[in-house]
Amino acid sequence: MQVTLIVNGEARTLDVDPRVTLLDALRERLGLTGTKKGCDQGQCGACTVIVEGVRINACLSLAVMHDGERVTTIEGVAAGPDQPHPLQTAFVDRDAFQCGFCTPGQICSALAMLEEVRAGEPSGATDDLTAPLQLTDAEIRERMSGNLCRCSAYPNILAAIRDVAGA
Amino acid sequence: MRPFDYERASDVASAARASAEPGTKLLAGGTNLLDLMKLQIETPTRLVDIGRLPLRAIEETPEGGLRIGALVTSSEVAAHMRVRTAYPMLARALLSGASVQLRNKASVAGNLLQRTRCIYFYDPTKPCNKREPGTGCSALAGFNRMHAILGTSETCIAVHPSDMAVALTALGAAVETTDGDGQTRRVPVADLHRLPGATPHVESDLKPGEMITAVELPSPPHGVQVFRKVRDRASFAFALVSVAGAGPRLALGGVAHKPWRASASEAALAAGAGADEAVAAELAQARSFGANAFKIPLAKRVLGAVIRELQGAAP
Repeated sequence: MQVTLIVNGEARTLDVDPRVTLLDALRERLGLTGTKKGCDQGQCGACTVIVEGVRINACLSLAVMHDGERVTTIEGVAAGPDQPHPLQTAFVDRDAFQCGFCTPGQICSALAMLEEVRAGEPSGATDDLTAPLQLTDAEIRERMSGNLCRCSAYPNILAAIRDVAGA
Repeated sequence: MRPFDYERASDVASAARASAEPGTKLLAGGTNLLDLMKLQIETPTRLVDIGRLPLRAIEETPEGGLRIGALVTSSEVAAHMRVRTAYPMLARALLSGASVQLRNKASVAGNLLQRTRCIYFYDPTKPCNKREPGTGCSALAGFNRMHAILGTSETCIAVHPSDMAVALTALGAAVETTDGDGQTRRVPVADLHRLPGATPHVESDLKPGEMITAVELPSPPHGVQVFRKVRDRASFAFALVSVAGAGPRLALGGVAHKPWRASASEAALAAGAGADEAVAAELAQARSFGANAFKIPLAKRVLGAVIRELQGAAP
């Protein structure tokens, strides 16, 4: 069946078996292989993309569920070929990856996470649910807990996010 | 996944009617159903996508309670200011579960109806009475560290994985349901799920064709609300044991096939018993199966700590 996804600002229409996950549609059908398949069961976060402003695991969604929706993948994060997003620059500056496999998911997840913080959404680390949010290191770690890194670049990922998020 | 037809529901009534048809499953967030379909544990031949139905509202009720639409996501419920101020225990329970990515997609109805994560239920090469009735329970003599200590039967010792359901049980919440003919029903969350008995493949009291349309919270309970979850990791892990307490109600998670209403503890406390006596009254019926023996003393300690915190003692 037909589905139209607006990927990184561009409308893309595909004919897919309903079983095609959003992840496989992006990677296999649209050739956007930046988003990674780590576990394919929602447990690692390597497949994190942003759909209608919300970060989700693309492996646990079907392409057909998202007809007409806007999807941002890692390929859409930079403003242009030589204009990396400040978070991407921070990941390089802070050595926030080794193998790089989790990195696209980390960056998409972190970008959406910062929006969630701006919107005042609490996390499991939020002490006072009714006070203005404080983006402590504990908060960043908790909010990013859905993105695993087997190379354990976590301290540097935290530092890169902190660079962009501010003090 | 096995092949299936996919369609979007046009309205609630037709979605409810469709759900009664053999081989048809309703699809909301899909974070549990699609996982199970990839493993061919669920094999619907038709998916009816209800994700765009108008069941996304959160509104206060005339009684001062809160009505949460079935398709509101876990993240949306936890972020809602009325939940954060009046039902903080529900926000805490939600925020302790899964990851943000999963909470951003998971619906409240799907959260209630999600299925166990028992490793043998998930392993098609192993006998499982829930997945294939009559084949046996591999967990009884298997690696059952995460399994139940209350309400078990010889056919199944799986636990219900939802933290939200434990909080809703302690808050006295109810689900609203509808069938295709417009009949509505109100089912207390405490009565929604079943114990395994001889039919562990039957998990809820919903009838075929009955669809959850909302969760309704009563007006906020008086006093402190507590949710405590004990688990192997600080985040992104299921409960070993959890306890939710609000007003006179106590519920345990991670210990049974459904959120476990600690009725014996509640009755003991109402009759003037102390925390230790109340805990003993509830856990006297607990039994373990080898690898989950630790859950009995753990549940006693966590339940005791929560009761004391509710009573105003230092946590």
